Amino acid sequence: MLKNFVVPDLYPAMPEVFLVLMACLILLVDAFLGRAQRWITASLTMIALVGCALITYQTMDGQVVLTFSNMFVDDLLADFLKLMLYLSVIVVLIYSRDYLAARQLDKGEYYVLVLFATVGMMVMISAAHFLTIYLGLELLSLSLYALVAIDRDSPRATEAAMKYFVLGALASGLLLYGMSMVYGATGTLEIGGVAQALHLGVANKTVLVFGLVFIVSGIAFKLGAVPFHMWVPDVYQGAPTPITLLIASAPKLAAFAITLRMLVYGLFELAEHWQGMLMLLAVLSIALGNLAAIAQTNIKRMLAYSAISHMGFLLLAMMSGTVGADRHFALNAYSSAMYYAVAYVIMSLGSFGVILLLSRAGYEAEHLEDFKGLNQRSPWFAAVMMILMFSMAGVPFFIGFFAKFSVLLAAVDAGHVAVAVFAVMFSLIGAFYYLRVVKLMYFDAPVDAAPIVAASDVRFLLSLNGAAVALFGLFPDTLISLCTYALLRSL
Amino acid sequence: MSSSLLSLAIWIPIVGAFVVFAAGDQKNLARWAALIVAFAGFAITLPLYIGFDTAQAGMQFVEQRPWIPRFNIEYLLGVDGISMLFILLNSFITILVVIAGWEVIEDKVAQYMGAFLIMSGLMNGIFSALDAVLFYVFFEASLIPMYIIIGAWGGPNRVYAAFKFFLYTLLGSLLMLIALIWLFLHSGGSFNLLEWHQLRIEMAPQILLFIAFLVAFAVKVPMWPVHTWLPDAHVEAPTGGSVVLAAIMLKLGAYGFLRFSLPIAPDASHYLAPMMIALSLIAVIYIGFVALVQADMKKLIAYSSISHMGFVTLGFFIFNALGVEGALVQMISHGFVSAAMFLCVGVMYDRMHSRQIADYGGVVHTMPKFAGFMVLFAMANAGLPATSGFVGEFMVILGAVKFNFWIGFLAATTLILGAAYTLWMVKRVLFGAVGNGHVAELTDISHREFLFLAILAVCVLAMGLYPYPFTEVMHASVDNLLKHVAVSKL
Repeated sequence: MLKNFVVPDLYPAMPEVFLVLMACLILLVDAFLGRAQRWITASLTMIALVGCALITYQTMDGQVVLTFSNMFVDDLLADFLKLMLYLSVIVVLIYSRDYLAARQLDKGEYYVLVLFATVGMMVMISAAHFLTIYLGLELLSLSLYALVAIDRDSPRATEAAMKYFVLGALASGLLLYGMSMVYGATGTLEIGGVAQALHLGVANKTVLVFGLVFIVSGIAFKLGAVPFHMWVPDVYQGAPTPITLLIASAPKLAAFAITLRMLVYGLFELAEHWQGMLMLLAVLSIALGNLAAIAQTNIKRMLAYSAISHMGFLLLAMMSGTVGADRHFALNAYSSAMYYAVAYVIMSLGSFGVILLLSRAGYEAEHLEDFKGLNQRSPWFAAVMMILMFSMAGVPFFIGFFAKFSVLLAAVDAGHVAVAVFAVMFSLIGAFYYLRVVKLMYFDAPVDAAPIVAASDVRFLLSLNGAAVALFGLFPDTLISLCTYALLRSL
Repeated sequence: MSSSLLSLAIWIPIVGAFVVFAAGDQKNLARWAALIVAFAGFAITLPLYIGFDTAQAGMQFVEQRPWIPRFNIEYLLGVDGISMLFILLNSFITILVVIAGWEVIEDKVAQYMGAFLIMSGLMNGIFSALDAVLFYVFFEASLIPMYIIIGAWGGPNRVYAAFKFFLYTLLGSLLMLIALIWLFLHSGGSFNLLEWHQLRIEMAPQILLFIAFLVAFAVKVPMWPVHTWLPDAHVEAPTGGSVVLAAIMLKLGAYGFLRFSLPIAPDASHYLAPMMIALSLIAVIYIGFVALVQADMKKLIAYSSISHMGFVTLGFFIFNALGVEGALVQMISHGFVSAAMFLCVGVMYDRMHSRQIADYGGVVHTMPKFAGFMVLFAMANAGLPATSGFVGEFMVILGAVKFNFWIGFLAATTLILGAAYTLWMVKRVLFGAVGNGHVAELTDISHREFLFLAILAVCVLAMGLYPYPFTEVMHASVDNLLKHVAVSKL
């Protein structure tokens, strides 16, 4: 029996292995630490993430390497997305630190769960097999369910966690069901194998399309696209803001990755089917997200609806590849989707970062009113928030404009002029609620005159975040080209 | 010829604005820093005029470097006889705006001055961008500082006006973005405007493109019936905001017609010219009547601006040199005159905190120097010969008569209407018996106010008496444009 046992090549999975080991170590170490020594846990977590980034950077060679019996892939796309992932998790940890400490939520579990969620996302990003995707997704989701409920005395957070868990489990079930049909039709769950089977025409297409519906539904749930969006506003609002910050940032990168791996790498031959589904999801998300955001008074909820509309734009790009051709021809569409995901993560980190900055012990700055007169309290951070809001609205010279621009370019290129016009019309409606935030900050007098207290590293990082949104808008080519290059070398 | 004059004209005010922001709460420092930056910005544009080759129709002072190679977007700048004067006008008006806001603005001075400087740089960018995406980016980015200016330093209904301004103009430009993307794909991957001018396009897409551009530029001009944001924005904006809006921002739309609609879709332009002429005449005549009944001085001038801009679009769509050059002269003249009129209202508003005509009367008795200036500018607004207002209107009317007598006849009614609403307002505000106690307590203009009004008065008279330096530079470019538009691209 044992003579058939082959040790897989662990080299491509080094970052994951390292991070899992570190997470276990931190779990052990933290058990011996009191609240006063929590900084040790925090520092170890930071070291783990930075170490992971170094390993990923060192092992980045641009080759597509498969391991674990073709279940796991290490390519440039994965490396690029993982580096963005570590960066955003590090930013999340720094932004969240003071908020959590003030509410005594900075338990050891927080750090460990964040690390396990990170591992889950890394596995999703590197998945070359439908089951790997599922494993990564579950690791991420289970960690997030627990994180949402980390403030266990808050009824609102518990309710949000419950809702997230029940709906999330349903979505995972849908996804798994869809995968089983893919297996039934093609006899394999390897993404490359499925593509091969489809290409040779040996698969039963009816069963596959049926399974595809479930897979797309599962993806739509994880992205938070209409009509699978119900959990988004409640979870964004109910979860403690640092957890919302986490949910609203890095997982979007992982969700983009699994969408790309499953639909483009695996089921590209069925593109004409899933593109139609994505179009419906995109159109509905853009419309509903922008309309519903107008009615919100809670900024976390408003940003949740804004996230829904942004995911609509992401799907708009995903559906704009050329059907029937080699998938390399569709590079524009997928690279613009990737660019959009990265841009959204940068903007999302910044805007929740400002909300965290305004919160303090016993006070949540989560109502729009809390932004009143921010320009008088802190012109600097009002400017940062203004940049973020205009960027999200898609006004140049900010990163959000070029993200929307490249998506629209891909959509018009694919012949979806009407959908593109529809999308810009709804982003006009969307501009209204972003403008309202700017209005509150600049045109109104402050109601809350408390000084803004924040550690210098948070201030610095938040300023850097705002500057990144502006600088990547003035010089957008670097990031766009990086996305394109990473995809080009990985397709 | 390579130079970086245009880049400097764009980025000196923008970078300077951040220096002004750094002044923070030190009001005087912010004022002086803004003035220095505004002067530097104007000084850098002077070589554009001096070094301009009037015989050359093409682009001059061209700068070209890759910006976003991924989509073949270039940082491509250049000016011709059409756009060069607007860069000068814009940088010049910026100085006046800084002076006009000197003592009036007491709240967040650094941000106020900085916003105007950023706007000045962005608008120089619009007038010099020759890459469609670069143009669009400047075009939309200029909404941000104006939105803040109206909303933060405006009147009682400023929030409504700021939102209306932003959303209205954004609506227009978003459709244009789709048109630009379509042209990029149609041209085989280029955003270069000059290449687009040579592109062959079928009639149906030409008409769609024309309409997409029309929506963007008509809102900005503004043309009837999408003009309703302008009176609100003007009334609520602080004086400086109104000046920049009227003197420069409205010209962006008209400039867009010359840069995009006419050369890219010439056949559609000819086909839809009757509609454009009709809309222009409605603006000239109907809006002229609307101006007549306004009780608020700023609103009256706002409507008068719409009416004058109707003249500009009329001049473009009669397709002869007199019409187009007249329209360009009218745009520059309106830049001076409307700026002067809004500054006059601002002078009175700062003393009385009212813009209602009914609150005034007999101002000439307490402010004789001011009254002299205001009468001069009112005459220019009404198109009196020897002022700049006359030159452009006369040229457009001549061009229109050449094109069709009745169109010229209808356009000429503006001379009556313009005189009616402007002079009637002047009569009610300046002349007659002293209206009330507040008017009796008015003090005449300060040295600062005298300075900016006198500068504008000189400009208005100089341009009226000797317009040659202005028409000289635009001649070759306008001829070239008209030749280009006359050739079908089907």
